[in-house]
Order: sequence, then C-alpha cells, then structure tokens
Amino acid sequence: MNPVLKLLLEGGNLTTAQIAQVANLAVSEVEQRLEQLKKDKVLLGWRPVLDLSNEAAAAATVRAVIEVKITPERGGGFNRLAERLARFDEVESCYLMSGGYDLLVFVKGASLQKVAGFVSEKLSTIEGVISTSTHFMLRCYKDQGFLLNTGEASTTRLTITP
Amino acid sequence: MSTDSKRWVAGHVAALPKSGIRDFFELVAKMKGQDVISLGVGEPDFVTPWNIREAAIFALERGKTYYTSNLGLIELRRAISTYVTEHFGVDYRPDDQVIVTVGVSEALDLALRAFCNPGDKVMFHQPCYVSYHPSIALVHGQAVGVPTYARDNFALTAEALRSAWQPGCKILMLNLPCNPTGGTCDRVQLEAIAAFCREKDLLVLSDEIYSELTFEGTHTSIASLPGMAERTIFLHGFSKAFAMTGWRLGYACGPAVLIDAMMKVHQYTMLCASIIAQEAALEALTRGWDHVLKMREQYHRRRDLVVRRFNEIGLKCHSPRGSFYAFPSVAGTGRTEKEFSAGLLTEQKVAVVPGSAFGDNGIGHVRACFATSYEQLIVACDRIERFVQQPKA
Repeated sequence: MNPVLKLLLEGGNLTTAQIAQVANLAVSEVEQRLEQLKKDKVLLGWRPVLDLSNEAAAAATVRAVIEVKITPERGGGFNRLAERLARFDEVESCYLMSGGYDLLVFVKGASLQKVAGFVSEKLSTIEGVISTSTHFMLRCYKDQGFLLNTGEASTTRLTITP
Repeated sequence: MSTDSKRWVAGHVAALPKSGIRDFFELVAKMKGQDVISLGVGEPDFVTPWNIREAAIFALERGKTYYTSNLGLIELRRAISTYVTEHFGVDYRPDDQVIVTVGVSEALDLALRAFCNPGDKVMFHQPCYVSYHPSIALVHGQAVGVPTYARDNFALTAEALRSAWQPGCKILMLNLPCNPTGGTCDRVQLEAIAAFCREKDLLVLSDEIYSELTFEGTHTSIASLPGMAERTIFLHGFSKAFAMTGWRLGYACGPAVLIDAMMKVHQYTMLCASIIAQEAALEALTRGWDHVLKMREQYHRRRDLVVRRFNEIGLKCHSPRGSFYAFPSVAGTGRTEKEFSAGLLTEQKVAVVPGSAFGDNGIGHVRACFATSYEQLIVACDRIERFVQQPKA
C-alpha cells in the first residue's frame, strides 16, 4: 500500500513534513502522492474528528440515524433514490443495507426541529420512500476509531526501564 | 536503631552491583515535570490490545480467582505448544514440557536455580539484558561474558564463544534478538553456535522474547536446529509481542526432566503465575496475532526513521534486525556514553540509557528505545542533533 496512505489510515495526526520523515520521502514527494490520491479519487477530502461532548465542538449539532425503506425500481434498483437522498446537505452518510430496511442515513442538523423537519418534509415525502424510522443519537463513545472520554491514562510508563 | 543492619544482608547479595539503569533512573527522576522525551524505556508504548484486556475482565467476572496448576492452565499450555510449533518449528508436549512463569525473568531464574551448581560457569553474550549477570551471581554461578561487537551488528559469533569458553562452562544464555543491541543471529551463525554447544555439551537457555519483532528475514530458534531441542530451554513470554509487560507472564519449554526440575523450584517459590494473566495470555495466543503484525509494522517504520536519523546526525548506528532498540555509537561525539546520556538529558531533555549499563561491551554506545510515537521520535532526533552539533561544554 502507498506508505503515505498507510500513515494517514493509522489515524495519527502527522503533518506532511512528519509523514515525509517517517516514510523517508521528500516533503515534495509526499505532497505529490497526496495530490495523486486526490486525483485518483481515493482520498476525497479531510474532516476533523471532533469530540461532540465538548460544547465548543458540538456547536449545537443534533445527529440522527434514519432507517429508510424504499421501493426498488426496474433497471436501477435502489441507486437512483439512494443517490437522490444522499445529495441533501443534511445527509452525512448513506448506505444500502441488507436486512429489515434498505437505506441507513446519517443526518445532522442544528436542532431537533430541523432534523425532524428534514425527515417529515423532505425524506418521507419523496416518491418511492415507503417508511422512515428515526433514531436520535444521545451520546458518542467512539467516533471513527477515536475513543471519547475514556479516562485511560495515556502514559503511565516509567521513564527508564530495563 | 542500629545503623549496621547491613550485616544481615547475605554476602553475595551485598556484593551485587546496583543496576546501571537504576543510577540513570534517579537522574531522570530529578527532571520530573520537564518536557523530557524518554527513549529509555524497555517496553512497548502500546497498551495491551482490548480483546486481551477484556478476556481478563471476563475471567474475573466468572470468578476465576484461584490457583492454577503449578505448570499453568492446561488450555494455555496447549495454546503455547501450538504457537511454538507454528512460529518456531519445535514441538513440546503441553502436559510435561511447558511451564508458565511470571515473565521470562522468573523462567530464567528458575532455570539457573535448577541447572547451575555453585561454581558452575555460565556463558552469556554482552552487552545483554541487565539481569543476566546478577542472576548468575545469585545462584553462585560464575559468569563468563562473551563479547559481541558493533562490526558484527552485535550478532554472537561461534568464534567469540570459543575464545571465551573455559573448562567448567555448563550453560549458555542467549537473548536473540538482544536487548539492548537489537543484534541477532541468522541461521548460519546459529548453526555454528549450536555445533559449538553440542561439542562442549552446553545447556542453552534461549530467551527469545523479542523474536516476533524481527524485521528482516525470519527468526530462527536455536531449539529448532538438529540435536538442540534436547539441550535447550526455550524461553518466551507475552510482554513484548503482545504489549503485556505489566501482566508478568512468560513460559519455558524443554525436555520433560528439565521442565520438571524448574517446576520444583517454581512450586515452592511462586506456586503459579496469576490466573488472570494466564486467561489474558490465552486470548493473546488465540486472537492476538493481527495486533502483533500491526505493532511490528509500526516498530519497523520507527526503526528505519531512528536509525536513518542517527546516522545522519553522525551517531554511527547499525540497523537492528529485531527488538525495539537502536544502539548507536556515541564515540564520534568525543563524549563517553555516560557524559552523552547525562548531557543529552539535562541540555536537550531526551533520555537514553548509557550502553555500559548492559556490560563493558556497551561502552561507547547508548540504548535508544524506539517504542514511542513518530512525533516524539522526530522531535527527539532533532534534539539529539542539536546536542551533537553544539560544542562539548
């Protein structure tokens, strides 16, 4: 695997210069590889992972997961509707699922009302959407591999050991 | 109270030198609260993988709080036997050829107590782990050091072994890959050592705690070579590969008669290793290998980074084939290893361990552990560079 991509996936927080040092590449080469990853549409962009229990970070964000049942179509199956739903700004992620419903949609909004409004006015009124079941997220314990508020001592190693 | 309580201390214990690491630890302790980056540790920076920790919690929940068999849980011994066969190519019967111990440290102590008569000579390569020499002294054995050199990447050679050998040598202690040098032996070198052991009828205590952290080539256990299993105690544990140092769990495998002798000492002194640690270790062997591979990959990258930077800075450093230690020479800086370590600590706040703490052949070197994050390693190397470049005070 591309060593730059590998280091990014490890979830550390290395700067381009640090990645260059660890991977033993020139900084320009790291930059070029990052550009290439973007060009190849492997790397789509950057998002910070925030601890939303922190008020400043949360900035009045409400998150919900919505199970959506839709009617598949001759020719395109679930794709056309799924892509249509996914285009809404409120939708952060959208997956086709196996099991009791078809789409799992992660949405966020500035308030409960806004998310509720999105579901009742936009999502459920789309032709082909049979039903929705909305679950509001109450608290986050782990996000994208980052544990929140574990209270785990990060370094209790002695400084010098044999 | 009388101040000469010293008179109660046994002579051979009073005569033991204080660990060189201890001196340095005290120096570092004085720097507390300052932004010291420590490359002085001898353990992984990873926390034990969660599934292993969870297995221990589960064991507690089920009330697993009692003694185990002296040899250790039979399920764990079976898992060890399978693991050793798969990874080292040696077969040991779980029933009577495997004993679970409190770290490899206990296993080494058991072996020395079980096999070394007072006055017997025990060979070990230097520089080496800090406990080897004292452990031999504690059983009234005579320590016979065998030098290893930077020019050989600190591999032990059969020639060095032959020239250090003297009549009365009974045991050879091996630690490959080696703490502190990261040196190890390839198969050809090991075969020459094995031939020498057979010729001189030496019993081998092979501490292979760093074997999973071999970055180039494959690790060969001396026990797997022809005619060696019957004269080798294979020592291994969970501390390094599975990031389980604080659990204190290791094991020894060998001929049934020898394991039985070690078990005798173990049953009277330790009774058994902690059952919680044993339960966790069982999980480590059954479902921990992916973690080992992930951690090894990171150590590998860190090693390449640190060794490259040390050589750029002018600290001549061989690339350790295994372990998580670099052992650069500081001779070119015009400082002794002690001056270098103390100066680096006070002036640039980076802790490394003077190589002389690991024996005379470590003079002129320092041990730098790279089991630390990339960010810290990068900063530490930059600081070391500044330290080396400024004129000696």
